[in-house]
Amino acid sequence: MTTVTAQEGAAPVGPRPLETVARIASEVARVHADSVDREGRFPAEAIEALKRARMLGVLVPASLGGPELGLDEVAAMCEALAHHCASTAMIFAMHHIQVACLVRHGQSSPLLRAYLTELNERQALIASVTSEVGVGGEMRASVTCVEQRDGRFTLDKDATTISYGEHADDLLATARRAPDAPRSDQVAVLLRKGDFTLERTSAWDTLGMRGTCSPGAKVRSSGPAEQVLPVPFADIASQTMVPVSHVLWSSVWLGIAAGAVGRARAFVRQQARARPGTTPPTAVRLAEVHNQLQTLRASVHEVSSDAGRRMAAGDPEALSSIGFSLKMNNLKVSASQLVVDIVHRALLICGIQGYKNDSPFSLGRHLRDAHSAALMIGNDRILATNASLLLVLKDE
Amino acid sequence: MTEAIRNILKEHGRLSVDISTLTDAADLYQAGMTSHASVNVMLALEANFEIEFPDKFLRRSVFSSVSAISEAVDEIRAAR
Repeated sequence: MTTVTAQEGAAPVGPRPLETVARIASEVARVHADSVDREGRFPAEAIEALKRARMLGVLVPASLGGPELGLDEVAAMCEALAHHCASTAMIFAMHHIQVACLVRHGQSSPLLRAYLTELNERQALIASVTSEVGVGGEMRASVTCVEQRDGRFTLDKDATTISYGEHADDLLATARRAPDAPRSDQVAVLLRKGDFTLERTSAWDTLGMRGTCSPGAKVRSSGPAEQVLPVPFADIASQTMVPVSHVLWSSVWLGIAAGAVGRARAFVRQQARARPGTTPPTAVRLAEVHNQLQTLRASVHEVSSDAGRRMAAGDPEALSSIGFSLKMNNLKVSASQLVVDIVHRALLICGIQGYKNDSPFSLGRHLRDAHSAALMIGNDRILATNASLLLVLKDE
Repeated sequence: MTEAIRNILKEHGRLSVDISTLTDAADLYQAGMTSHASVNVMLALEANFEIEFPDKFLRRSVFSSVSAISEAVDEIRAAR
């Protein structure tokens, strides 16, 4: 057994972390993507490779021994992974959303700072427990509450979905602040391995994103009260969780779309090679979908680098201004629609070869994965939020 | 002015407790006001005081208590 020295802790990722992740995507995630999808199993090989490459702590600040990469760099990693396995990419995205929340809102607590150092050293995987039976899918409301007594908390929660919960080391859960707090007065609580149990309450047999393994579960937990994050969850949600989610999710969807267009390109090239001198009829359709992919890419990259700049600037409210919230909500809605359209067009290009599950140009998984995008916080809910934000915003 | 603000909160704040039991400094979010409700509170304040909240005032903290709202309204009126 080797021990992690301080020096190794300080320089854990290679000089080109994005290239490392892209290599893991093509050498590991791609190889197992079909079995992950077919069997609805956790992408253990790819996540293990990402841990070995020390990619789970990349957002941890340098002051805590981490590489402190920017949000836009993590977004590019999500995109690279989603080229080959959207489930792996979405798990990677969701993990980094939790880490971002702890980095931006937990650092006033010595215990949480120490946890972040340890997360990077151990390469711990964190899952999110925001959903709950009885709140109708509203992240900003909880039924259950955290109870604190004698320096300890207890928290039990009946969650409708916990993505990769059974494969995670630690959990970040929301709950009402206290037994007498209203539904919207929430806190986030870090639940550490060994301090919680999960009792599965439903299955995860879905159309797509099957490898995220997100069944419902009853969580029972207790731990030191310092693991209750020191700021209201309302701030964590608006300043970090929602904006970071939209940027990283959209990057995953861009990766799915790019993966599908990649297969369509390979298909058209094969057709062209069969009859040199004639442009295949599908080539025009390819030019069309390639154009759409560029639109999606431009919009995801623009918003993610804007978000990266705002996060790096250190202003806690920079990501929650109304103008930026509208922009990110718009990104979520448009990216989640474009990805389905792009994959569908790629399918039309590949024809029966795309429709078949056993062809190298198969697009069934891409299409099924893409359809999850509009459902992850329903687009109607997001448009309703934008409608109300537009009532108060005075200028762009 | 705090009376007018309290009336608006009573009508639009969707608080889980009676506004009359809260002090001017009490945290309205802890009293159950959601961000959606705070939008309606702001619209009602704009109509009532014939002001417009500039975008830099559209922060969660500005609507966190009766006194915070009252200070913001004063500041917006003074800037006119």
